[in-house]
Amino acid sequence: MNRIKQKLSENNSPAGQAEKLLSIYFTAGYPSLHDTVKVIQDLEQHGVDMIEIGLPFSDPLADGPTIQESSTAALKNGMTTKLLFEQLRDIRKSVNIPLIIMGYFNPIMQYGVEAFCAKCKEIGIDGLIIPDLPVAEYHEQYQETFEKYGLINIFLITPQTSEERIRFIDSVSNGFIYMVSSASTTGAKSTFGNEQQEYFDRIASLHLKNPQVVGFGISNNETFMQATKTAKGAIIGSAFIKYLTHNGIDRIGDFVRGIR
Amino acid sequence: MKYQANKKGYYGDFGGAYIPEMLYPNVEELRTSYLEIMDEPSFKQEFNQLLKDYVGRPSPLYYAKRLSEKHNTKVYLKREDLNHTGAHKVNNTIGQILVAKRLGKNRIIAETGAGQHGVATATVCALMGIQCVVYMGAIDINRQAPNVARMKMLGAEVRPALSGSKTLKDATNEAIRDWINNPVDTHYIIGSAIGPHPYPDMVTRFQSIISEEIKWQLKEKEGRENPDYVVACIGGGSNAAGTYYHFLDDPGVGIIAVEAAGKGVHSGESAATSQLGKEGIIHGCKTLLMQTPDGQITEPYSISAGLDYPGVGPLHSHLYKSGRGEFFSVTDDDAMTAGLELSQLEGIIPAIETSHALAIFNDKKFKPDDIVVISLSGRGDKDLDTYIEYFKL
Repeated sequence: MNRIKQKLSENNSPAGQAEKLLSIYFTAGYPSLHDTVKVIQDLEQHGVDMIEIGLPFSDPLADGPTIQESSTAALKNGMTTKLLFEQLRDIRKSVNIPLIIMGYFNPIMQYGVEAFCAKCKEIGIDGLIIPDLPVAEYHEQYQETFEKYGLINIFLITPQTSEERIRFIDSVSNGFIYMVSSASTTGAKSTFGNEQQEYFDRIASLHLKNPQVVGFGISNNETFMQATKTAKGAIIGSAFIKYLTHNGIDRIGDFVRGIR
Repeated sequence: MKYQANKKGYYGDFGGAYIPEMLYPNVEELRTSYLEIMDEPSFKQEFNQLLKDYVGRPSPLYYAKRLSEKHNTKVYLKREDLNHTGAHKVNNTIGQILVAKRLGKNRIIAETGAGQHGVATATVCALMGIQCVVYMGAIDINRQAPNVARMKMLGAEVRPALSGSKTLKDATNEAIRDWINNPVDTHYIIGSAIGPHPYPDMVTRFQSIISEEIKWQLKEKEGRENPDYVVACIGGGSNAAGTYYHFLDDPGVGIIAVEAAGKGVHSGESAATSQLGKEGIIHGCKTLLMQTPDGQITEPYSISAGLDYPGVGPLHSHLYKSGRGEFFSVTDDDAMTAGLELSQLEGIIPAIETSHALAIFNDKKFKPDDIVVISLSGRGDKDLDTYIEYFKL
């Protein structure tokens, strides 16, 4: 069974925030080129449930300044798709939690979509998040390839996504739905207001077949708790990158403990 | 109509809408309504009236006698430089501001490189009394001070793009991010025939007035609607798209595209996308773009800020790949020389972008009775500093 599905099915009791899924995003090759593996290992060791490994891109449209800067830095450090795969070659010898690669479509296209998927399977990657690959293009051109290699593709929804489209995305999805907390790029907002709560409640009331994991704007215990009241879990990205920028990679446990 | 975008916005293999979900509602709203809006009689009436009374259309089709003699062929110049704000860009911004109004948007954003599209956007926003924010690379802001001042005088806010290489592609990224953060009240006026569908098609249609006029103007002057060649410079490719549009399905009309070779196509400092680019995704569309083998978008170079873009519109990628268009690239030096030549033969100082198109005579020999229409996409006032420095005037 795909590790993402396994993980999602493990904690099915709705009660207890401790059982909510905590997922962390970080940019591969940041802060230093060869930090990738250690960051993944430490995150798992400190109880993180799932990791999104950011494949850096020169022009990350959906990202705010924090992730942009970390991507620019990672590219300057020398990160490439090939190198990332090399770094991750033996990752399954030490890490068991679901691993997702999050990256923009152009670097994946240049690597070759099928070759990329094959490599992901070889390494033990469980899923992909490609913000600029729209659901219709995926469905028509790439779904078969992704599925052939056992990869779950994760789609985003936002407060502006219509119910009809959410239902379509739910029908094409086969893991979880990435619920973008507000109309924003990553790292733009730091608190949730009534508007977000209403949106979280509205999505919960749709009773979708895929669980939802909230991302964008989760930065601390308070926002994590709020986002996971109704959702299955939450993803933290920019806040963790900022933490790495200021504290390096030696005290990752402190960050995770601060969230839950 | 082999060269029209299909329903999903593809020109052959190129185009589409590779956008994050956050942009979907905005782009979808535009996609489902732009053709309907553009077809409304009240829209057409308002658009045509503004083009006539405000922009000053039709722009003349001018027979360039001395230039023709020099190159031993018949050269007509389509005088987009005589439009209000000094270039073809305003055809599109007038069209899009009217679309934005009908969509109920009360805030406009735009990207700009040299500042021409930013000025054209700030102009129509002033005209309509709509708030305007223009993103411009921090480096370009320093290089193009007069256009920054014009935008400010027109009431626009100019926001520096501080990410990446701090030039046009980063300004475009910032504008897209702004749109993600303002999904309800804002319309993004893209200035070139690039971006996610429906932008390339919408911008091309607004610019197609150029070839529409060429047809009847040439009929008046030469007794036939079709020239032997149409020539335009290409950065993203909006003036070229408009210049070619009504000739695309007519194989008797040669389509000539001139890209910026910078210091030479293989010098490492070039913007000749068709020669150096590979198929990929930039700013929401699949097209040819300059990138590393790893798929990172690279920074182009041209002396002309308007051609200094690492991609090219999907229509043009299709024209290139299908062989319908003939692509040339012209160096900084050849372009500057051609700009000087036009100034001294015809008394017209062209924008440096346009100077690239005018340098076509170095690479392509025309027959004496060929009719060659060149899009004179912009005037050179904005480039005086560059000309002064280059020629030590």
